[in-house]
Amino acid sequence: MAHSQTAEPTRRDFLYVATAGAGAVAAASAVWPLIDQMNPSAAVLALASTEIDISAVQPGQSITVLWRGKSTFIRRRTPEEIAASKEVNVADLIDPVARNANHEADAPATDANRAEKPEWLIVVGVCTHLGCIPLAFQGDYRGWLCPCHGSQYDTAGRVRVGPAPQNLDIPPYTFLSDTRVRIG
Amino acid sequence: MHGSTYVPKSGLSRWMDQRLPVMRLMHDTMLTFPTPRNLNIWYTFGGILTFCLAVQLVTGIVLSMHYTADTRFAFDSVEHIMRDVNYGWFLRYVHANGASMFFLAVYIHMFRGLYYGSYKAPREIIWILGVALYVLMMATAFLGYTLPWGQMSFWAATVITSLFSAIPLVGEPIVNWLWGGFSVDNPTLQRFFSLHYLLPFVIAAVVGLHIWALHVPGNNNPLGIDVKSPADTLPFHPYYTVKDLFYLVCFAIIMMAFVFYAPNFLGHPDNYQEGNPLVTPPHIVPEWYFLPFYAILRSIPDKLFGVIALFGAMATLVFVPWLDTSRVRSARFRPVYRQFFWILVADGILLGYVGAQPVDASLGGVIPLLYVGRLATFWYFAHFWIILPIIGIFETPKPVPDSIAKSVLHATPAE
Amino acid sequence: MSTFFTRSLLVAAISVIGLTAPALAAEDHIALKAPGWSFDGPFGTYDRAALQRGFQVYKEVCAACHGLKRVPFRTLADEGGPGFTESEVKAIAAQYKLPAPPNDQGQTIDANGAPLMRTAIPADAFPSPFANENAARFANNGSLPPDLSLITKARMGGADYVYSVLTGYGPAPEGVTVPAGRYYNAYFAGHQIAMPPPLSADRVTYADGTKATVEQMAHDLATFLTWTAEPKMEERKEMGFIWMVSLLVLAVLLFFSYRKVWHGEH
Repeated sequence: MAHSQTAEPTRRDFLYVATAGAGAVAAASAVWPLIDQMNPSAAVLALASTEIDISAVQPGQSITVLWRGKSTFIRRRTPEEIAASKEVNVADLIDPVARNANHEADAPATDANRAEKPEWLIVVGVCTHLGCIPLAFQGDYRGWLCPCHGSQYDTAGRVRVGPAPQNLDIPPYTFLSDTRVRIG
Repeated sequence: MHGSTYVPKSGLSRWMDQRLPVMRLMHDTMLTFPTPRNLNIWYTFGGILTFCLAVQLVTGIVLSMHYTADTRFAFDSVEHIMRDVNYGWFLRYVHANGASMFFLAVYIHMFRGLYYGSYKAPREIIWILGVALYVLMMATAFLGYTLPWGQMSFWAATVITSLFSAIPLVGEPIVNWLWGGFSVDNPTLQRFFSLHYLLPFVIAAVVGLHIWALHVPGNNNPLGIDVKSPADTLPFHPYYTVKDLFYLVCFAIIMMAFVFYAPNFLGHPDNYQEGNPLVTPPHIVPEWYFLPFYAILRSIPDKLFGVIALFGAMATLVFVPWLDTSRVRSARFRPVYRQFFWILVADGILLGYVGAQPVDASLGGVIPLLYVGRLATFWYFAHFWIILPIIGIFETPKPVPDSIAKSVLHATPAE
Repeated sequence: MSTFFTRSLLVAAISVIGLTAPALAAEDHIALKAPGWSFDGPFGTYDRAALQRGFQVYKEVCAACHGLKRVPFRTLADEGGPGFTESEVKAIAAQYKLPAPPNDQGQTIDANGAPLMRTAIPADAFPSPFANENAARFANNGSLPPDLSLITKARMGGADYVYSVLTGYGPAPEGVTVPAGRYYNAYFAGHQIAMPPPLSADRVTYADGTKATVEQMAHDLATFLTWTAEPKMEERKEMGFIWMVSLLVLAVLLFFSYRKVWHGEH
C-alpha cells in the first residue's frame, strides 16, 4: 500500500478540492449580502457632509452641530485658550497624535495640527472612551469634561486625563468662506 | 440514562409510539425520571428559569404587536402600550420586571452550581451550556433595554456598542456595521428589535440541550455524591413537580409584588425621558444585573484591556470545571472552599455596588471607589484562576457520606 | 444547609441595601420633602378632588410653557382619574385649538397666512404650547420647559421631587451667585433653575373653596402629574390585590400538597 502512489488519486483529489473550493466561494458570495446589508445604507451615507454658517459664533463660545448623527463642536477660541494650548509639550500627552482627518495619520498633536485656523477648533463631540458627549468649558484644562467617566480634554480637544485613550477626533472640513465651513 | 418505563395505554398511543415516541420522551424525562431525594430549595430554580423564559416569550410576543421599532415612534408606542392598550401596562411591567427576576433566578442558579460543585465531571457540558445561556440572556436583555428608546436605552446602546471600537484595526468599521450608520440611530434600533425577537428562541433551543445534557448523568445534589441505588432517588413526578411548583409560586409572589406595587423600582427614571443623542445623562448606569461587569470594565484605565477584562470575566466561567481541582463536589464537605465561596458572593455584590456609583465616588469620602473596584476585579479573577485550583490541592475535605439514602433517612429511622 | 440558607438571606439583605444605596449616594442635593400622598402604599388611590384641583393648577399656571402631550382629554373622564364627566371633558377639549388638516382647496393657511386651526375633541391629547423645540427654547432664554406627561416617573423621587422643586425656591445662600434669568432652588440639580417661581399664594381660585397656598397647589399639582404619568395605577393596585390573594391561596394549597406527597420521604 505504501508504494501505491499514482497520478490518479491526485487528480481525483484535485477534483474534490476544486469542487469544495468553488462551493465555498459560492457560499461566501451568497452570505456577503446578508452581512453587508448591516453596513450604513446609501441614505445614511448621503448625509455624510454638512455645511454650517459660523458667523454668529463669538470668541469664547462653542456651538454644537449634528454631523453624521454625532454631535460636533465648533469652538471659537480666545487668544488665551490658543496660547494655553500652544504651551503644551506634545511628548507629555496621553495621545501624541493629531487625530486630524485633514492631516497624515501620524501627525503630532501640536496645536497647529489640531486647528487649521487657530481661532476655530472643530472636533467631533463624542468622548473617545465610550461615546458620551463631553461638556464644554469644564475640567482642569477648561476644554471639555466627560460626565460619564471623567475624561478631560484641553482647549485643543486633546485628552489630558483618562480613561479616554485618544484626543477628540477632528472631522474632515474645509472653510468655504470666512463664515462658512463644510464638515465631511 | 435510566431505562424507559413507558407503556402505551391506547391503540392510538401505541401507533404514535412506533412512529414518533414523543410521549415516551415526556414520560421518561418529566414523570419517572429518577431524581436524588435530597434536592433542596436551591434546586428549584431550574424550573423557575424555564417559567421566566416562557413568561418573557409570551409577554414579549404580545408586546411586539403594539410596539413600533422606529426612533420617531418607539418611545410613543411604549407609552401607547402603557396608556391605551388593554392591560398593556400589565404586560409591559411583567416583561420589564420579568427580565430582572430572570436574572435574579439565574444568579441564584449559578451560585448554587458553584456551591455544590454541579459543574464537576461528568457535568461539564451542562455547565458550559449554562454559561452560553447566561451570555445569550445578557445579549437579549441588552437589546431589549434599547427598545423603549429612553435616555438610558440610547446611551446604554451607545456605550456598549462602542466597546467594539476597542478592537485594533477593525474596531471602527465593525462599530459602523453594528450601528448601520455613524451613531446609534434608526437602523440600530430596527436590527436590535429583530435580534431581540430572535435570541429568545435560540435560548429556548439551548435550554433544550442544557436539559438533555442534564438528563444523561442526572441531577447533582447537595451532598455532591453519586446516586448509587434506587433508594437514593424519587420519581420526578409527583415529588419534584409539586416541590418545584410550590417554590415557583413563591417566586411568582415576589415577582408580582414588584409588578403591582413597585413596577419602576428596578428601572431608572431617565428612561422615562425620550432618547436624545445630544444630551448625555449625568450618570449612565446599566440595569442592576450588569453592574458587576460594568464595574470590571470601568476599573481598568485602558480601553482595550477594560473590554478584554469584561469579556474575560464571562469567559472565565467556561473554565471553572477544570480550574476546580478538588475531588469532592459539594462545598458542604469543603471547609476552606466554603469560606471562599461566600467571599466571592460578597465580591460580586461589592462589584455591583461600585458599578452603580459615579466614577469619581469614594467610600466615606476617603477611599476612591476606583481602587475598591480594582481590588474587587482582581479578586474575581484571582478566585477562579488562582484560589480555586490551589484549595482543591491543599484542602482536606470532610468525610463524605456513603449514600444519599443513608444521609437523608437516618433522621427518621422509622422509614 | 441552614447556614447556607441564613447566609443567603443575609446576602439578599445586603444586596437590597446595595441596590437602593446608589439612589441616595448619587444625588448630592438635600433630601426631598415628603409631604405624604393619598396614592402611597399598596392600597393608596388618587384623591379625586386633588386631581381636579391639580388639573386646574396645570391649566392656569403650567400650561403656558409645559405640554402634556401624552394625555388625551378623554382620559380625564376615565376610571381612576380626575373623574370629570363626559360633557365636562368635551368642554375642556373645546378650549384648545389644534392645526387643522388641509381644507378643500388644499390650503393649510388662511388669507392672512395664519395656520388653519380646528377645535380639539376629547380624543385629542393636550396640544403643546410651542410648535417645536426651537420655538420653546427661543421663548425661554434657551431653556426647554419639559413636557410634564411623565415628569413624576422621569425624576428620582417622583411626586416628592415635583413638590419639593415647586416649594423649594428661596434666596441663594451666602456665597452663591445666581446668574440673571436663573432662580435659586434647593432641590433642583445644580440649584439654578430657569423656571421663575410659578406658584404664589392665591395664584388660582379653587372652586371647592380650598385655600390656595403654595404648598396646597404644589401638592395638588404633584398628585395630578402622578396620575398623568401613571393613569392605570388604581387598576394596577386593584388587580394586584386579587393576584396576590390568589397566589397566596395557591401557595398554601401547594405547600400542603407538597407536605402530603413528601410525607415520610425525607
